[in-house]
Amino acid sequence: MKKTVLYDVHLALGAKMISFAGYDMPVEYTGINSEHMAVRNAAGIFDVSHMGEFWVKGPKALEFLQKVTSNDVNRLKPGQAQYSCFPNGKGGVVDDLLVYHYSNEKYMLVVNSANIDKDWNWCQLQNTMGAEIENASDNISLIAVQGPKSASILQKLTSVNLTDIPFYSFITGNFAGVDNVIISNTGYTGSGGFELFMYNEEAVKIWNAILEAGGNEGIMPAGLGARDTLRLEMGYCLYGNDMDDNTSPLEAGLGWITKFVDNKPFIDRDFLENQKAEGIARRLTGIVMEEKGIPRNSYSIVDENGSLIGRVTSGTMSPVLKQGIGLGYINKEFAVDGKPVFIVIRNKQLKARVKRPPFI
Amino acid sequence: MNLPESLKYTKDHEWVRIEGNIATVGITEFAQGELGDIVFVEIETEDEDLAKEEVFGTIEAVKTVSDLYMPLSGTVIEVNEDLETQPELVNKEPYDGGWMIKIQIKDTAELASLLSAADYKALID
Repeated sequence: MKKTVLYDVHLALGAKMISFAGYDMPVEYTGINSEHMAVRNAAGIFDVSHMGEFWVKGPKALEFLQKVTSNDVNRLKPGQAQYSCFPNGKGGVVDDLLVYHYSNEKYMLVVNSANIDKDWNWCQLQNTMGAEIENASDNISLIAVQGPKSASILQKLTSVNLTDIPFYSFITGNFAGVDNVIISNTGYTGSGGFELFMYNEEAVKIWNAILEAGGNEGIMPAGLGARDTLRLEMGYCLYGNDMDDNTSPLEAGLGWITKFVDNKPFIDRDFLENQKAEGIARRLTGIVMEEKGIPRNSYSIVDENGSLIGRVTSGTMSPVLKQGIGLGYINKEFAVDGKPVFIVIRNKQLKARVKRPPFI
Repeated sequence: MNLPESLKYTKDHEWVRIEGNIATVGITEFAQGELGDIVFVEIETEDEDLAKEEVFGTIEAVKTVSDLYMPLSGTVIEVNEDLETQPELVNKEPYDGGWMIKIQIKDTAELASLLSAADYKALID
């Protein structure tokens, strides 16, 4: 089992640890609901150092990225980040990721921890043009600070003007006395905030500085449990649940990051253009329970006659709504906002409704 | 870990308070801590006769769903309705406000199968 460099800090904070993607990670400290609400109302600090980072450099970097990712990297200026995915050559998705345009001919890819080896092998296999690629996952730590108070807390620790960083942009600067921290206006919670990338040896110092700076503003350490409920309230996909090697980016609702632009011959482009023209048969969509119950991964979605029309891929009790919410693949004719559907929970057909996320 | 001596326990992490022929049942402080925030308790077996170790309900934490098992055979004569709107009572007061059902005990011979606080402590240590 791998550990992030913050492992001992988590134990000292009383975290409950679980095994996730080969790492021993904090699932919660004080409780998922309280951590969730701290992020919605104040701020939460997350260790997401298990995430992977690849560098892509050199004169062939752009060509490589235009081939392996679905989004248009040409449009990405230095200092900007972009959500994207790796199509898998069979109509599915290898992983979803963020592409950071670090500087001229230098990019950083941030990938899911569970897929680091798979993604790395895939990138090496597809790098026929000879871009310089490097797997830096074991050297880089990632701390996310999310919530409406994030900027005011973090501003105490840096002279970089955080309000100058637009959404999905980043600045590399001094943070808490550490040089070259990537301060990125991104996140996976929908409550605003920043993600900070640093070398492992600086992570404990930065984590402690943020917790201290945010003490008066209600910052709480938050674990993977709250990270999941927060992303679900926004309807953000989780690779492995809501998309995988067998779901197309179009079915997963990722048409907006699948760009059929000129001079971008990416993997699966022809397949996906065809699929777009012909129309998809099922689509990832949001579900809100109208009866008491919680949709969970693999539960059946049925119509009023009990016929199977889809399957739940993620679900939880929304801490904000106090209602069951979920994501799932539903036959296209039912994947319409407001459409009544039913979720089969313990052999009962419970009323739900299709809802285009976000849920809150 | 709070494990009242006056209660009996099961390997399924339930506690049982015996008062005459009535057994009150809940889950232990250890169990609620392992499950995390309880968001839903579903018990639809009121008035049913159930055998020891049959499922009498379901408890859902944020991340998990677990069955609740009868610690003794008998009739479910009462369900804690407060849990319908305040499932968090199971976290906050596992031995008080977080009780789940009352059972009319069918066979007092089964009481011998329940664990003492010390036996249960040995199980979870």
